[in-house]
Amino acid sequence: MSVSAAEPVPRVSGRPVAGIEKEILAQLVVALGSKLKKAETVRAGLVHGFIDRKDLVAVATYLKVTLGFEHLACVTAVDWKDRFECVYHIENYYNGCMVEIHADVPYDDPRIASLVPLWNAANFHEREAWDLMGIEFDGHPDLRRILLPDDFKFHPLRKDFAQEVDRQYISRRKIRGGK
Amino acid sequence: MPGFWINMGPQHPMTHGLWNMKVQVDGETITDARPEIGYLHRGYEKIMEVREFQKNVVLTDRLCYVSSITWSHAYCLAVEKMMGIEVPVRGQWIRVVSLELQRIASHLMWLASYGPDLGFLTGLLWALRERELFLDLIQLMSGARMNQNYPRVGGVRNDLPENFAAMCQRSIEHFLLKMEEYEKVFHDSKVFHMRTEGVGLLSAADAINWGVTGPNLRACGVNVDLRRLDPYETYEEVDFEPQVWHDGGAGDSYARFVVRFNELRESCKIVLQALEKMPKAGAYRAKPPRRAEGEGYAKTEDSRGEALFYVIGDGDDRPYRVKIRSPVFSTMAATPLILRGNKLADVVAILGSVDVCVGEMDK
Amino acid sequence: MSAPLIPNLFDVCKVLTGAIVWVVQQIIYAVAVLIPPLRGLGDWLGSDPVITILTWLIAVTVIVVWATLVNLLTMMWVERKLYSRLQDRYGIMISIWSLPFWPFNRVRRPTHRGTGYLQNVADGVKLLQKENITPRNADAAMFHISPVLIASSTLMIFAALPWSSGFYVANLPLGILFILAAFSLAPLGILIAGWSANNKYTLVGGLRAAAMLMAYEIPMILAVIALVFFTGSLDPIEIVRQQDRVLFALGPIGIPAWYAFTPQFLGFLVFSVAMMAEMERIPFDIPEAEAELVEGWTTEYSGMRFGLVFGFKWLRMIAGAALIAILYLGGWSGPVFATLDVGGIPVPILPEEVWFLLKIYLISAVFVWISWSVPRVRIDQILNIGWKRLIPYSLLAILVAAGFRVLG
Repeated sequence: MSVSAAEPVPRVSGRPVAGIEKEILAQLVVALGSKLKKAETVRAGLVHGFIDRKDLVAVATYLKVTLGFEHLACVTAVDWKDRFECVYHIENYYNGCMVEIHADVPYDDPRIASLVPLWNAANFHEREAWDLMGIEFDGHPDLRRILLPDDFKFHPLRKDFAQEVDRQYISRRKIRGGK
Repeated sequence: MPGFWINMGPQHPMTHGLWNMKVQVDGETITDARPEIGYLHRGYEKIMEVREFQKNVVLTDRLCYVSSITWSHAYCLAVEKMMGIEVPVRGQWIRVVSLELQRIASHLMWLASYGPDLGFLTGLLWALRERELFLDLIQLMSGARMNQNYPRVGGVRNDLPENFAAMCQRSIEHFLLKMEEYEKVFHDSKVFHMRTEGVGLLSAADAINWGVTGPNLRACGVNVDLRRLDPYETYEEVDFEPQVWHDGGAGDSYARFVVRFNELRESCKIVLQALEKMPKAGAYRAKPPRRAEGEGYAKTEDSRGEALFYVIGDGDDRPYRVKIRSPVFSTMAATPLILRGNKLADVVAILGSVDVCVGEMDK
Repeated sequence: MSAPLIPNLFDVCKVLTGAIVWVVQQIIYAVAVLIPPLRGLGDWLGSDPVITILTWLIAVTVIVVWATLVNLLTMMWVERKLYSRLQDRYGIMISIWSLPFWPFNRVRRPTHRGTGYLQNVADGVKLLQKENITPRNADAAMFHISPVLIASSTLMIFAALPWSSGFYVANLPLGILFILAAFSLAPLGILIAGWSANNKYTLVGGLRAAAMLMAYEIPMILAVIALVFFTGSLDPIEIVRQQDRVLFALGPIGIPAWYAFTPQFLGFLVFSVAMMAEMERIPFDIPEAEAELVEGWTTEYSGMRFGLVFGFKWLRMIAGAALIAILYLGGWSGPVFATLDVGGIPVPILPEEVWFLLKIYLISAVFVWISWSVPRVRIDQILNIGWKRLIPYSLLAILVAAGFRVLG
């Protein structure tokens, strides 16, 4: 069964707080300082933050514990052709603000800290990132393939994995070297 | 008898969709559970990188095929945020109508599958009979009953037909009468209460931690509905009540059932209000640029929870990366928590109340 | 009050046997013109022991054919039509009028033209032509024996179940006890079926069935014991005869003295609920629960073996409804309204068989109605109801019966 029904249900009003993104941005800049490489409010309710991958756990802990961002919505892995990037969408139920954290991961060492100790929601999402993109998450309890068969050898979402258009419309004559 | 692992699926008459749930049973009590998904993985995120922005709507329809308009709409919203274009007002209202009709159809499909899960086979036929009303309305509006390809980047595909408001009114009135019957069969049935109360408990803290969203989270008592918390389209101008389970604590199957059941009524209200409030004429579609650069995300309240699309464009007429966040994917991670401690006979009842749709889970 | 159509099954069968034997004898005598020793065979055929044995065989065949071919098919049709109408659809529709060789079906070949009575026959034929698969690691002997066990124990019930005061094979003084005992053999067959198939699902289903059926036999028998305080005998014909009088008159209608209207009402309810569980109907059909266990203990059966175990569920429903009718609802008693005179033999317009069948089908219709309106109950909740609720109620029924008996 799930943990302690005696824990109180969070008092969530369910309505957004206007202008909260500026406050959140200010608090982040103050608390994290140099860890935050770049931060901006893109539109109402959305804050972008760019950090280095070794500061991920510190930033995430600050967001969860101090600012009350309790919902990790999504962990995305993007393959820019010279590096990977992990994008974390973290949401705050109390005021409807969303923080988007970008962390670059180099090609030759595709590892980053896992957020499973903080949010269990990261469990399946990180497994999917490992499965499809090949980024390893340190500290994940059970990092194995989730969507693809267990013995699949490749990471298909990488840009160097053959795309559909590369494999279509190639006649046998062309393969043999003709036109 | 020492615990042995039973496979519920992948071929099973009542786990709706193609996935596997291994449960470890000690006698009749479940001690552990392990979901195995990926049987329906179609490589969406990879395919969407080589299709133009608009052509991807055909694909996103088929993510959750029971609730296609909500998924295509989420994708279109993400692309619009990336491109920075604005949908005209009438288009937004039409989108609201189509979303809520699709939500009703999806919830009725859930109801139709939940009855037989509990052994009440008549519920299948009654709920599907009601669903026909709404599939007819959706067909009048968009031309197809399922996988309609209706939302467009910038609006919707076509305007509502003439007399649509009157047709909706008639169908919804008939449906609300039938809802009274369903109340009697489900809510007043002692056997139903015995099967669903106290079964499949999930506390609110656990639910938020594991990323459960949507009706499953509202059944745990947390008042989060993305149509209110982060309004999109014209939901701010519509008067409806997010259904939250108020009577104390942990969400059991009965709470999840009641939340979804009442959402049917709320969606009917929204449809009728939207048809009244929308401007009677006007543009319903804006023309998007062909190429786009940037990134955008959109989170919407899908029938099953929070659907989030994150689209990155790099100046081409196709997206560079599309990330699909499916609510059922996150809820599936929490199912071992929900299942532990219950009896084997409850597995199908609990998973039915969680409302799994494999298409969106496996992408 | 009413009279049976067949006053004595054996007399009727004797006439039939006599006719058959006479025809065979004529043929043998004709052949015996050529071969003289055959004459002795012909005479032996007409002797008493042979006629008696043949009468017995024909009587048993008549009862089995009556129960399975006529009643089982009709009961399946009633159930399938009734629950389809509950579900707002037409239901089974293939009947004799939708067969393709009729001249009115040449141009348009509609399959949905009739009442649907032939559909069950069609389903039976379909099952006959399927392959009988035995799982590889299953216990083959037990796997093959258990449908036979279930089917034969169910048919054994009909050896002692009378259909009117004349239409029976055997009238045992402890008839009800025999019927209940034959009912109780089937759980053994179900357990063996589930266990021998070497499949986790069927094992769980078989064990659940055994637990549930064992738990519900006790209140059933206790309710019958409460009844015996009033009837003083376990003979079904005797029990029905006792219910044939008028309890009191409500204006022009006389309320008959059925045991359901007397203080046995509690026993009636307990017995009906226990019988619903014995027949494995929803809400008590967790052993065969499609939702969780595919087909429960019948998963591995295919072809006519599946047809036997699946179809005999309905036969047990007929037997259960018949028991309820006999014990509590007056069996075959009912007014006869008129009697025709056919060549000296008085033929009742509404004979006892008709009343009995009416009651059986009405009770079954109520069971079908309940089944298809309610979700199924979980196994531990079923056992809760059986052990903790029904047994105290049945003991209370015994107390009440004893009390009324003492007070006269």
